[in-house]
Parts: sequence; C-alpha cells; structure tokens
Amino acid sequence: MKISGVNDFVIRFANVNGSGSASANNLFAKAIFRLGVPVSPKNIFPSNIQGLPTWYEVRVNEQGYLGRRGGYDFIVAVNGQTLKKDYEDLATGGYFFYDSTRSLPDDFLREDITLIGIPLTQICIQKIENPKLRQLLKNILYVGALAHLLDMDFSVLTDAITRQFSKKPKLAEPNIHALELGFEYAAQHFPDTCKLSVKSSKKLARHMLMDGNTAAGLGAVYGGATVAGWYPITPSTSVIEAFDKFTSRYRLDESGKKKAAIIQAEDELTALGIVLGASWNGARAFTATSGPGVSLMSEFLGLAYFAEIPVVLINVQRTGPSTGMPTRSQQSDVLMCAYASHGDTKQVLLFPCDPKECFEMSADSFDLAERLQSPVIIMSDLDLGMNDHVCLPLEWDDSHQYDRGKVLDAAQLEAMTERWGRYLDRDGDGLCYRTIPGTHPTLGAYFTRGSSHDEYAIYTEDSEAYERCMQRLTRKWQTAKTLVPKPHIKISDKAGTCGAVFFGTSTHASYEAVEQLKKQDIIVNTLRIRGFPFQDEVIDFVDSHDPIFVIEQNRDSQMRTLLINECGFCPDKLFPITNIDALPITATLIDRSIQERVSTQVPPHQGGVK
Amino acid sequence: MKSRRPSFRHPDLPKNDLGYTRRDYEGGDSTLCAGCGHDSTSNAIIQACYELCLEPHRVVKMSGIGCSSKTPAYFLGKSHGFNSVHGRMPSIATGANMANKDLIYLGVSGDGDTASIGMGQFVHIARRNLNMTYIVMNNGCYGLTKGQDSATADRGSASRKGRPNPFESIDLCELAIALGAGFVARGFSGDKAQLVPILKAAITHKGFSLVDVISPCVTFNNTATSTKSYQWVRDHMDATSTFDFIPPRQEITTEYEPGTTQPVTLHDGEVVNFHKSDDSHDVSTRRSAIDTLEFHREKGHLLTGILHLNETLEETHEILETTDTPLNTLTEKELCPGDQALQQLLETYR
Repeated sequence: MKISGVNDFVIRFANVNGSGSASANNLFAKAIFRLGVPVSPKNIFPSNIQGLPTWYEVRVNEQGYLGRRGGYDFIVAVNGQTLKKDYEDLATGGYFFYDSTRSLPDDFLREDITLIGIPLTQICIQKIENPKLRQLLKNILYVGALAHLLDMDFSVLTDAITRQFSKKPKLAEPNIHALELGFEYAAQHFPDTCKLSVKSSKKLARHMLMDGNTAAGLGAVYGGATVAGWYPITPSTSVIEAFDKFTSRYRLDESGKKKAAIIQAEDELTALGIVLGASWNGARAFTATSGPGVSLMSEFLGLAYFAEIPVVLINVQRTGPSTGMPTRSQQSDVLMCAYASHGDTKQVLLFPCDPKECFEMSADSFDLAERLQSPVIIMSDLDLGMNDHVCLPLEWDDSHQYDRGKVLDAAQLEAMTERWGRYLDRDGDGLCYRTIPGTHPTLGAYFTRGSSHDEYAIYTEDSEAYERCMQRLTRKWQTAKTLVPKPHIKISDKAGTCGAVFFGTSTHASYEAVEQLKKQDIIVNTLRIRGFPFQDEVIDFVDSHDPIFVIEQNRDSQMRTLLINECGFCPDKLFPITNIDALPITATLIDRSIQERVSTQVPPHQGGVK
Repeated sequence: MKSRRPSFRHPDLPKNDLGYTRRDYEGGDSTLCAGCGHDSTSNAIIQACYELCLEPHRVVKMSGIGCSSKTPAYFLGKSHGFNSVHGRMPSIATGANMANKDLIYLGVSGDGDTASIGMGQFVHIARRNLNMTYIVMNNGCYGLTKGQDSATADRGSASRKGRPNPFESIDLCELAIALGAGFVARGFSGDKAQLVPILKAAITHKGFSLVDVISPCVTFNNTATSTKSYQWVRDHMDATSTFDFIPPRQEITTEYEPGTTQPVTLHDGEVVNFHKSDDSHDVSTRRSAIDTLEFHREKGHLLTGILHLNETLEETHEILETTDTPLNTLTEKELCPGDQALQQLLETYR
C-alpha cells in the first residue's frame, strides 16, 4: 500500500554538502509555505564544508504540527554515499526518488516501496549547455520533478525563482528551465505514481518563515544593541551575521558610518569581555555563542554577576559535551548556564520556542539585563537558530521605551542628599543605582571590581559586608522572578493530575504529543517554561500535578534537576522524558513515553487517565 | 607605602589650566610594599595627567589582576575604574572604548597579567590599534603570589628564590612593535624625568600606546642577581635619543642644531621632538626600532625611551567606520528602526 495523503507527510532530501542543494531544498520548502501549508524544514548537516552527507527534512502538516515527526514517507536520494541507508530508512509504502543515471545496486530489493528513478545527471548533461551550471541545476531539476509528483502548483516555484533573481533576471531563466525539465520528465514517466500531494491551504495567512538566529539578531537591533563582541562558532554565528546585516541596513548615519561596533574577537573570553566593558560604559552590548563558548565565558559571567554589569548572551546550544556534534541540536547547557561561574552564582535564563520569541526575548533582554544589572542568557539551540520556522509575524510596539534601569545622570547625582553608594540598596529590591563614566566631573565615580566590595564599592575583606552583599544579590534574584517572562500554562482539564513541563524547541513536539494523547483519553496539562528564576506559577503547577513529565533534549534531564534544586520538589513525581539522539525531539517519542508511564506505573485515578 | 597621606594641602598649590591641583589626580592610599616601583609609576601617571590638564572624570582606568592591577585605586580618584579579572583588561577596555570613543582609556597591567595569562588579549588589542594607553608595570615576577618568575624575567636572572630563570623572556616592546602598535616606549619607575613625558606622549597618541615600565619588586625580585632590580636597571639603562613633549599651545623655545632633531606631530598638534645623538635610531620605522632593541640586548643593556612612534595608523573606530557620536549616547530614536520598517522587512520572509 502506498502512503497517501494531502498536506501530511515527511520528505527527506539526502545530499552531499557543498553541492548547492541547500538553495534548491529551501526553494521547495518555501513553495509549500507560500501555498499556505504549514511546513517545518530541518537541516541535518555535517561539521564540514564540502563532500559529506547532509539531509534536509521537510515536514508538511496541514494541522500545523511543526515539531519533528520521525519517519520518512518520501526520500529524494541524490547522495551515493548514503544511498543504501536512505533506502532502508524509508517507511513502508513510501517513495524512493533517485538519480537513475546509474541503476540501483542489486541488493536494493525492497518490494514495499515505490521507486521513482529520474536520470537527473543525464538530463543535465543533455539539456543544460553550460557545464558550470549542471551540478547546481541538477538540484533544481528534482524540485521541478517533485512539483509534478506532489501535484504542486508549478507557478509558486517559478514565482519564487523570479523573486529570488529579481536583480539578476538572466540567472532566473536557466533555473526555470531546469524546473520545467524535471517537471516534464516526471509527468511523462510517472503519471499518477505518487499518492502524496500538496494542496494550497489557508492555514498560513500572516505567517512568516524565518530562522531563530535571524530573529535574534534583528531583536538585538530593535533592542538598541550598539556593541557586539563575538567569536565564530556553529551554530551561533548567524546571529551576529544578521546583526551585521541589519545594522548595515538600519543603522547608518548620514556619512555612511555605522551606529554599531561589531568586533570579531580572538576568543570567547574576549567576546564577553567586550560586552562587559561596553555595558559598563553605558552601551547596550551582547554576544552570541554556543556551549564551548559559554564554558570559556564563565569567568566573565561570574564577574558580571558579582560586579553587577548587564550582559546579554545568546546561547545557541549544540550537542555536547566538549566539541560534541557541532552541527546537531540539544538543550544541554541548562545547568551550566543557570549556575555559570565559580562561587555562588545564578544567571537569568530565557527560553524562546520560535523565531518570534527569539526576536522578542532578544530585544527585551536588554531591558531586563539593564534593569537587573546582571547577565541574561537566551537559551536558543541549533534547531531553533538555524532552521526556518513558520511563525506569527514579528511586531514592534513603537511606544515602547527602553528601560535603562537604575542609572543616575548628572542632575540626579547633584540632587542627592545622602551619600551615593554603587551597591547600596535604597529601594529594598536588591537593585542599586549605577553611574556611567564621564557623567559628572566630581560625583559618581567608583571602582568596579570582581573582588569583595562594600555598599560604596570599596574593597573589603569584612565578613559582614561580604554577607550583606551576597544576601542582597539573593534579594535581587527575587526581584528577577517578577521580571522574567511568565510560563505559558495550558489546562485542558482542571481536574487532571497529569502535567507536562517543557521549554524551547521541545515545545512543538510536546503540544503535538499532548493532542495525540487526548485521543487516547490521556489528558495532560502543560506548562512551558520561558524564564529562570522560576516563578510561583511554576511551583503551583508542579504542586498541583502528579506525575509531572519533564520533557527536554539532553541525557541527564537537566531542567528536571534545576526544578528540583530550586523549588524543592519531590524527585519521584518528576518523570524525565529525554531525547538524546541529537536530532530534534519527536512527538512520537513523547507520546510513547507518556503512554508507557501512564499505563504501567500510575494507576488511572492518579495518572490523569479519564 | 602604608602610611596615610596627610590630607593637608598648601593653599597655594600650583594649578593646571583647568584649575586642578596635582592633588585632584591622586587616589586612595597604596597598600603595596614600601619602595614598590609601582607606586612611583602611579605617581608618574598622576603627574602626567596633571600636566596634560586631563579632566579626571573623562579618564577611565582599567586593570587586570595582580599588584600592578591594584594601582588604579591609588591614582585618579575622581575617575571611574574597572579592576577586571586576570589578563582580561584589554577586552574590557575594548568594549568600554567601543561604547564611548570620547573618553581617555588608561590600562594598567603587570607582566604576569600581560605576558602570560593575558597574552592573547594583549596581542589582539595591539593589532586592532585600540585607542588607549596600556601601561605594564613590569617587575619580572608574580608579586601577589610571592615571587614566582614571570614570562618577562630574563633568562639567567635570579629572584630572591635564588634559582636562575631557565626560560627565554618575552620582550613586550619588541612584540608590540612587531604587532604594528603605533606607540611603544619603555620607562623605568625610578626615572620620573623620563617616564612622565613618555606617559604624556603615550596618552596623547591616537591609537594603541604601550608603555612598558620596569618597576622593581622590592620584596621578591630586587636582588643583585635580578635584571629587574633597581641597581641592575640603573647600571644598564641606555636611553634612546632624548626627547621633548611639546603641547600645541606651547612655544618651542629650545634651539637645536639643524638636522639633529626629528619632530613627530601627534594628532592634536602636540609635537615630540627627538634629539638625535650618533647612535640613536629612527623611531618611525618598525625595522629600525627592532634592530635597535636587539642591538642593545646583545650588549646586555636595557633600552628605554620612546622606541617606536607612528602617527599615521587608523585606530579601531576608524577601522570599523563607526559613527562619530559615542555609541552610548545614542537614543532609542536613533537605534530602533520601528514597526513600519519591521513589517516591510517581513515581506522578504514570506
């Protein structure tokens, strides 16, 4: 039986990296997006520039499930190195599209799948005159063939090409020609072969398709960042590239000079040092990095915590430990970031789940960091940062004013009747008043240091002064709870006792699993964590549910540990669901884990099963 | 210098053009050992800032960790200071400078802080030509951890611990010249007459200025066997050509034989006049500067003075082409493109 369906399948492209497949695959995903159909492309790529296997998975789903589903209904196999594996990975009833210029080896004997052999190389050699273009256009050719096989509106593809090459119309021509070649061959040789199709839909109207790193870089522009220190590291580099691109567009003065300074540092130590120096001196500054970078930055995170300097750090997490798998996604820096640096430190974390939140949290993090005078770490990951995601459009409230926090200007310094102390808690919220160098000729100068200091920023080895400082930082942490974004809670059943807690890129698959479980009469209420420190809402949710499934993408269920450690929950009620294959978590895994647990461990009257 | 400085000041203390006395450039009481070279260097910094008529609140002083890095607490009490972490002062200075290009940045570091743990940052701040003055209080040892050899300790030099240093030393001046720094000088904490004008020229120079000050550690490295001791430095010091630092408004009064002076004009019109003797070198080329340093090293002498000066280099802001207004003064209106621009942009993501 062939797999059939409209707007509901997973297609996987198996390519060689560096062969120009990425733009063709993007073209395919974008075409589906423009047909109004929810689509989630995921690039599974190697840490390499040219010659190794790379895959591009596209999930098409009318219902709007955007997490990874798992399993492949259709495979476009154009990489000889992985041909056998791709062939074996295809689901029963699926479609195996390959370049039939060379016939399949003899041991390809599956009878439960449909073969679609199109001689891509041969067509290119015969029909495309310019040999330089053949390799690139081979990729476009299979997109054209797919348009026929999946019954897609062809004009969406040609329009996309025209738009892409609007400034170089000469380049559009050969691309459209290649699309047509593929389409025609497939139409001639494979009429009515494929039972999967893409039909135009109204599911996406205002939506956009953007990657999280672009959104985060843009957020930094809107949030008023003027200084970025950074060091290249996958998968965070494109955050800075976006910041560079958008500041070049929106931040040039009359003479063409930039209202931003971007410094590619010699390492992550310096990258964060630049952020500290700039923030201390009154500019909004940020960096973007990944786990190995955060390890190096821990030294400065401790200084920023203790000397109380605003920092915005965008951590696009990848698979660890150590170098790990640099091009694979994971949520495995939770504990490291929450307690980054030696001594008693705690860092504010934000957990975006889509590009819209990447934009908002990136922009808002500057307010938060300056209000708190402390680091704010945005916990994105490779899946969110580097893959395109369908999401609601970004918005900016033009009436929003930057919150620069407690900063004294010259007039305020002069008006003060009592002695100003840099670390004096005048308001009882743990937040003190700072000054920016150069503000006043005689008032407000102080000495910033990572060594112990009293309320007036004077070096001290006095036990009581040290303790007062540390206790005030705890007070500040309480204030932070009121400022970080609240969790999103969805209560399907007020009487339900079963709860799921998740965050970031585990969100979409979790919501999908919860809806699937509903069909099995397993009702799960959910809480999506958006910030750390945890607020009362988190505590109340966990207190009022049992069991709690903590869904995350790391081996050691780090968020679960953090919840237990910070809130004192009984560990027995927090059941870990972890994904450690370094690929984005699937709804299937979550669904199955919850079902197993509910059916085997928890009696129905306690487990939320109706 | 543990004794407290008396608070009394004579009412007729001389004032500079801004109306500040030297006292206005002082800081807190030093907690360093009595006789420490660093205190003399701090005093030279105070004197240089006083003579240059710098507004104290327009100066930012930064440091890393170590005895030397403590000193910003002992000078310029009316300036903001930032005592960062070990070896990381250059990155903090870079960020601060990016935020506000209009302030004057003085960095103080030590030989451990610069030549070991902070070598990476030192090298890169020099090659980016950040507009700052980087002062190394160089005593060849780790004072605060009780006298271990540092990377600038000369091979064969022995500190109080007695064991001659078996490793090659790093010459920060030679390194900085090779890295393209535009101002490189070496002074001696015990020679204020030379050090103050060096500091004045360094602060005035646009771009990165390195001032390597041999500043003996009286407690751990002032032995007869040490090449960083007061006695050794005094006995082996050779100055490059003598020079005058002449502010723009000051008339040049001293006359020299034609052809014996090499004037270099700094960016605000100040002039450094080098008075050549027979064996003095051309400070404006890297090759000549490095040759001269090597020549004196072979002789076993310590060359001091301004070793290299090049006023034609672009500093970091110029290289990056940042706007003329200090970035930390830009407001939301100038920074945020607004919703309309955002909605237009989003069309490219549909």
